[in-house]
Amino acid sequence: MARVIVDVMLKPEILDPQGQAIARALPRLGFSGVSDVRQGKRFEVEIDGPADEAALSDVRKMAETLLANTVIEDFTIHVES
Amino acid sequence: MSAARVGVVTFPGTLDDQDAARAVRLAGAEAVPLWHAERDLKGVDAVFLPGGFSYGDYLRCGAISRFAPLMEEIVPAARAGLPVLGTCNGFQILCEAHLLPGALTRNQGLHYICRDQRIRVESADTAWTAEFERGQEIVLPIKHGEGRYVADAETLETLESEGRVVFRYMGGNPNGSLNDIAGITSEAGNVVGLMPHPEHAVEDLTGAPSVDGRGFFTSILKKLVNA
Repeated sequence: MARVIVDVMLKPEILDPQGQAIARALPRLGFSGVSDVRQGKRFEVEIDGPADEAALSDVRKMAETLLANTVIEDFTIHVES
Repeated sequence: MSAARVGVVTFPGTLDDQDAARAVRLAGAEAVPLWHAERDLKGVDAVFLPGGFSYGDYLRCGAISRFAPLMEEIVPAARAGLPVLGTCNGFQILCEAHLLPGALTRNQGLHYICRDQRIRVESADTAWTAEFERGQEIVLPIKHGEGRYVADAETLETLESEGRVVFRYMGGNPNGSLNDIAGITSEAGNVVGLMPHPEHAVEDLTGAPSVDGRGFFTSILKKLVNA
């Protein structure tokens, strides 16, 4: 058993109005010094076997095919220790 | 000669399939219900992907629908020339399926927008817009939360230079779409996607802002009958 984390973020050039709304809300709550917020998605993929190269390659395919839309989003993969 | 047959797809969460089927029938074609879980296109001459919230918009709008068994039939058929129209969620599905370039993201103002919208027909060279005039202004309802069309600069340049921007918003961009884009078409002109709803603008009786939506259905009908 292993847990592989896939983080999906809108590409930097894609407008993130949700992140902007959060950034605008923060000063009202008393949090200062925040220059920007971007909102993304985190997927926790539980795999049966070890997180070896083949398993990570599969997760990468999942991310490219379904978890992220690579037209507008980037993703990163790491194994949770 | 038998009537042209236009398939109307229903996914779990589709809302506009009944209006779509009705619009198809009003134009004089036969509306053929197509269920997302089947692999059978039932020999239809064209396909309409209506709006709604297929699969609850889970993950991203259209992201799950794209892999429905029926879509695995529609995608190669569309690439081979089958006319396909996607409105609203249907447009989102066509982009997720890579039948159309780019993507639809959260409206710039974050609000769900429901209003009558003026749009300009930029191309009459598609299977679904031949009965319009280029430059014609029409009014159709829009209702969406994720209709901001985005694509990289190169794709936008290609769409513009090849005349593949089919519709542009007029009188104010409702969602922040790049280049005011409301709808686009594939390279071959058989696949068209747009955020506005022609199927809601075919009858005075329903309080529609216009009957401009009829043009989509008369366009496809004429093409199929003359084919």
